[in-house]
Amino acid sequence: MTTTPSSPGAAPEGEPLGPEPVSDSPLAGGSQPEAPQQTRTESFLHQVMSSSWVLTLGAVVLAILLGAVLIVATDAEVQATASYFFARPSDFFAAAWRAASEAYIALFQGAIYDSNATSFVRAIRPITETLTIATPLILAGLSIGLGFRAGLFNIGGQGQVILGAIGATWLGFALHLPVGLHLLVALLGAAAGGAIWAGIAGVLKARTGAHEVIVTIMLNNIAGFFVLWLVYTKYFASKTPGVSKPIQSTAMLPKLLPDPFRLHLGFVLALAIAVGVWWLMERSSLGFKLRAVGSNARAARTAGISVAAMTVAAMAISGALSGLAGGTLVLGTEGKLSAAVVGSIGFDAITVALLGRSKPLGTVLAGLLFGALAAGGRLMQTRTGTPLDLVLVLQSFIVLFIAAPPLVRSIFRLPAPGSGKRPTRAKQATVPTEQAGAAA
Amino acid sequence: MTTTLTPPAAPAPAPVAASTVPAVPVRLRTPIVLAVLTLLTAVMAWATRPGHSTVRISTDADSIQIAPLAIPGPPAAWVLTVGVAVAAGLAFWYALGRRKVPTWLVGLAGLFAFLTVLVLISSGKSQVVPITGLLFGTLFLATPLVFGALSGVVCERVGIVNIAIEAQLLFGAFAAAVVASVAGSSYWGLIAAPLAGVAVAALLAWFSITYQVNQIIVGVVLNVLVVGLTGFLFSTVLRETPGLNDPMRLPVLPIPLLSEIPVIGPVLFRQNLLVYLMYAIVIGLQVMIFRSRWGLRLRAVGEHPKAADTVGIDVIRTRWRNTLLGGAIAGLGGAFFTVASNLAFGKEMTAGKGFIALAAMILGRWSPKGAVAAALLFGLAGQMQGLMSTLQVPVPSQFLAMIPYIVTIFAVAGFAGKVRAPAAEGIPYVK
Repeated sequence: MTTTPSSPGAAPEGEPLGPEPVSDSPLAGGSQPEAPQQTRTESFLHQVMSSSWVLTLGAVVLAILLGAVLIVATDAEVQATASYFFARPSDFFAAAWRAASEAYIALFQGAIYDSNATSFVRAIRPITETLTIATPLILAGLSIGLGFRAGLFNIGGQGQVILGAIGATWLGFALHLPVGLHLLVALLGAAAGGAIWAGIAGVLKARTGAHEVIVTIMLNNIAGFFVLWLVYTKYFASKTPGVSKPIQSTAMLPKLLPDPFRLHLGFVLALAIAVGVWWLMERSSLGFKLRAVGSNARAARTAGISVAAMTVAAMAISGALSGLAGGTLVLGTEGKLSAAVVGSIGFDAITVALLGRSKPLGTVLAGLLFGALAAGGRLMQTRTGTPLDLVLVLQSFIVLFIAAPPLVRSIFRLPAPGSGKRPTRAKQATVPTEQAGAAA
Repeated sequence: MTTTLTPPAAPAPAPVAASTVPAVPVRLRTPIVLAVLTLLTAVMAWATRPGHSTVRISTDADSIQIAPLAIPGPPAAWVLTVGVAVAAGLAFWYALGRRKVPTWLVGLAGLFAFLTVLVLISSGKSQVVPITGLLFGTLFLATPLVFGALSGVVCERVGIVNIAIEAQLLFGAFAAAVVASVAGSSYWGLIAAPLAGVAVAALLAWFSITYQVNQIIVGVVLNVLVVGLTGFLFSTVLRETPGLNDPMRLPVLPIPLLSEIPVIGPVLFRQNLLVYLMYAIVIGLQVMIFRSRWGLRLRAVGEHPKAADTVGIDVIRTRWRNTLLGGAIAGLGGAFFTVASNLAFGKEMTAGKGFIALAAMILGRWSPKGAVAAALLFGLAGQMQGLMSTLQVPVPSQFLAMIPYIVTIFAVAGFAGKVRAPAAEGIPYVK
């Protein structure tokens, strides 16, 4: 009742509900300050420089630089040379360059192509690892992004991924079905698990106004304890403590490449689902309604769209996608369920969706980037001793910078979209959720 | 706005006034909840095994020793059940008289029901229920939650959603451990921890107030950032350099006389400085938020920033300052994990406590008083896990661990009365 769909004092919500505006903020559905005069003098270069792609690039570069500072500052050799910095600064810079470049080269080698590898298979294994790790990230990122565009902050990716993994594992070991069918059933089980878990938050939001951020955070924790209990139950437990029975081979996602590689059909599935989500959001009437509710719930209600139904639908679809992410984890790579399988995919997915600006293509690319960082981070840790935690720092810096376009623009002196004269501190996208906090 | 507050309207069905004065509906939710609780308690009393519950009140350090009490299980459980039933009856009496059921009554019924649980699980067993230890542990587990929740109260009251409580706690824990180790005194940790919290809060404020980035996004990302940053530094600098991360201990400072009171003394007044600071902050905030000029401005900015701006309150500055204050409080709470627990810093050692603190704040309805009560409740749930495993109760500990989260969901869904966030929360202010 006290909700205001947009921030007070923001620009009038004058944009059409049709195609998504080319917003430079991470969350679609915001109001873009309208360019008063888009004159012909505005050069092509200006348009390129003010585009969101340059902004993304700038954010990545900034994050890498800050990460380098962190690597250099904690490197023992650099610290040694810093003690005689004024006597011979070149030593310091050489050491600093070596520390940072070694780490980043290892990161690259672990993510794309390992030029130090002894065999061809080992050399190209990193890129397939990147794709494998990216698979659940893309799916979960699509899930969070879909929620964003429908005006919902689904922080509960983690819980939904867990429930998806549980659903897939259960159907994967309990049923005895022919090859293709079993996989399909297991994947549907994963989607259903996630959808039900997210649906709880959706129904509560629609019926009681309970804020989805709080409810999904709580559901995350509940799911975490639930799986911890479940893997020790008689029905799920295997001989290894804390690990479930193995999923039958009929339910596993087929490998795309022979054995040393882990890449599986799930990656193709993720790409296909990304296309499906694009179609759903951009071409279907359900997607239109979802976006309408996300852009302006009041206007959508006036137009005859049931906000409550869309809220539940958005959460359920979003949860199904997250559940599928959990499904690809256990059906693609792990083959069994344990409390640790899920890792922090659900939280990483939030950053993936933000980086991908909630659009399917962007999310796929962001998922690939984060998959590359995760895959490369492992090699970096073993080769140069730079902790894997650096990847988290890089990820969070990237998202922070992307979320604040004026900051990146002022650092790189990029022009703002629209009129070049317009001050960059303009209105940004408003909160996609109607309001944070539990408005009863 | 529309609380369950009921005007003292005459329930008399005056035929003339009936058409003009809308009839106040009888609100039976609370009494019905209590009636269900009575039933549950009765079931528990019925299920209580014959025998005695042994309760130990004194701790070894007490100067006045009280011998452990042996309480007969089933009779005690039935007495408690009667207590809950009486409370439920009183609640019906209040509700039918169109009056608000007082909170203390609900609290009392809850206490009786809880004691029944204790009797149920301990009756007829040889293990002793250490009441004082249970309460001490409750406060211990609740301490970081109280700090985190108070941080949330301050930030959200001024209109900034603080999802980064977890990050502030973690960074506070980190800074406290490192600075205390380097300085050789745990008290330095108590100075460093709030500063670390302020650093995280400054990022939150900078992005969400100055750049108007969505506050929830910034909070989520800051949590990741601090996990990454502290993890990185932990694996590099702290591991390579000895003396940067030693377990430090905040000395216990018993308050003379007060600490000798049975039960209350050891629990409340045989604590370290951090806990005493917590008492001061809780009381200070409870008074200041609702009774001072600062508090009025704080709430005004969080509820209706435009109105606050109109009367000359600088919304942006108020939000900045109080977000930093909230960060300082949460950061100080982070010291609990290291210097107040006699531990060195470990990766992700806050383990989601920041999110439980967030839940405690909501359950406490954005007031310091309520946040403390909720934090204690969560702390008690944590303690019960330990007790139940000692008493070999066949309930998986994971389900007990879920309780705080389930309770919070029920609370925000409105099953436990109306919960309302500050109106302007999460919305950037644009002049």
